[in-house]
This record gives sequence, C-alpha cells and structure tokens, in this order.
Amino acid sequence: MSKSDTFSWFHFSSPQTFYPLAGTLQPWFAALAFLLCAVGLYIGFFVAPTDAQQGESYRIIFIHVPAAWMSMFLYLVMGFWSGIGLVLNTRLSSMMATALAPTGALFTFIALWTGALWGKPTWGTWWVWDARLTSELILLFLYIGFMALQAAIDDQRRADKAGAVLALVGVINIPIIYFSVQWWSTLHQGASVNMKSAPTMATTMLVGMLIMALGFWMYGIAATLARVRCVILERERHTDWVAAEIGRQT
Amino acid sequence: MNWGSWQNFLAMGGYGLYVWGSYVVTLVVLVAEIVALVTRRRGVVERLAKYYAARRRNDET
Repeated sequence: MSKSDTFSWFHFSSPQTFYPLAGTLQPWFAALAFLLCAVGLYIGFFVAPTDAQQGESYRIIFIHVPAAWMSMFLYLVMGFWSGIGLVLNTRLSSMMATALAPTGALFTFIALWTGALWGKPTWGTWWVWDARLTSELILLFLYIGFMALQAAIDDQRRADKAGAVLALVGVINIPIIYFSVQWWSTLHQGASVNMKSAPTMATTMLVGMLIMALGFWMYGIAATLARVRCVILERERHTDWVAAEIGRQT
Repeated sequence: MNWGSWQNFLAMGGYGLYVWGSYVVTLVVLVAEIVALVTRRRGVVERLAKYYAARRRNDET
C-alpha cells in the first residue's frame, strides 16, 4: 500500500478531522431523513391500499418493520465500531459506538411499542413471551446495559473496553432475533421481505415500507453524527482544537 | 387510497387507536431525541466555555 493510500484511509479516523466532516454531513442526512419519511408516509397512507386480511391496522408496518430493522442494524454497526475500538484502540471508534447506542435503543423501543399496538388487534394480545418478541426485548436491555455500563465506569478507556465486550457478546442476539421466526414456532409472522423469494405484499405497500426504512436509516445517521460531535467535544476537551472550536461557538 | 373524509382517516377502519397510537408515540420519541441532542450540544458548549474560562483564570494567577 502506498503512503497516500494509508493517509486517506486513516485521515478521518482522527476526532479532529471527523468532527467538521460530521458537522457538514449531518444536516444533509437530516434533510434526507425528513424527505424520505414524508414520501414514505404519503405512500403509506394515501397510495397503499387497505389490506385484505388486516384492514387498516397493517399500516403500522410502515414504522414497525423499518424500526425493527434499524434496531438490529444499528446494533451491528455498534458492534463493528466496538470491535475496531477494541482491536485498534482508536478513540473515534469507541465514540461512534457510544453515540449509536441511544438511537438504537429508541428504535428498539419503537419496534416493541408498535408491535404491541399491532399485536392487540391481530393476535388479541399486547405481548407474548415468544422467541421473536423476547429476543427483541433482550436487544433493548443490551442497549440499555451498554449505556449503563459505560456511564458507571469513570476511566474512559476502561468504560470503552467494557462496553465493547458487552456489545460484541450481544451481537449473538441479532441472528437469534432475525431467524427466530424460522427456528421456533411463534405468533410473529415470517419475514415479508427476504433474499430468496418475491415479497409477499402489494408493491405500493413494499415501496412505502422501504422508503420509510431508508428514511429511518438516514435519521439514524443524522442523530448519531449529531451525538458523536457532542461526545468528541467532551472527550477531547483537553486539546487545543476543541478550545478553539468552543471559542468560535461562544 | 381515498379516505373520503377526515373522520374516516382518523378512524382507520376501526383501528385508529392502534395505528395513531403507534405513529404518535414514534413521532414523540424521535422529536424528544432531536430536542435532547440540541440541548446536549448547547450544554456541552456552555460547560466547556466555562471550563476554558476557569483554566485561563488559573493560568493568570
């Protein structure tokens, strides 16, 4: 690898260079999130037809499935940055993991909440202790546990390490959530969208759901970038560049 | 999808409580996160400004 290659790869791995980049990108992701969610909701409520079996109650799908996907995806990203932070000892990786957790926890809560409100009219119950629901609840506890553990340890490096180990061990829960509907008999329906076969839903429903998923994805990026900028300022406060940045802000 | 009237739209074919209960709570949660992020940003900038001011006073004395 040539010297310039290494430089470009690691250039933005320093908090000082990433901070302004995150600040430039954040509003664009926020705007994209807003736009995609507006289009997704329009399709979800005004284009997609009534479901033959579930009537209008199925419209919860436009937030339930995207939120559930994001709850799992953000955890994988958090696990990825935790692993990088653990192996390479890069400060920014650990900051990214820290910044991802609250947004991941919120999406998990939304998936559980909308699932309960969908379960009541469809299954006749808010909650059952079956594999899919229980493993998703465990995901919420993993996020909360990660945040609590990091907050409980004063030494930042040790907090990062302990959090990273917890996050990585918890990654095992993600395939359990995803495949739970195949491995165990459960009230929860199987995946409507998968890699092997055509989706089992009307095209407009699917398009609305995918656009909402993209919107939630962009929201997740925007929220994480905004949070990581706060984390960077807090943790790098001993540096001259943060002092200069705060001087510009006040 | 033509709902005909606002009443029909809000009723969601009898599932209004479940559908709007999902959407309203999701909106509240996301807006709360955005407010929390803006507040946190302001708090960090304020706190660090005080921290540097205190450090400068220490350096002078």
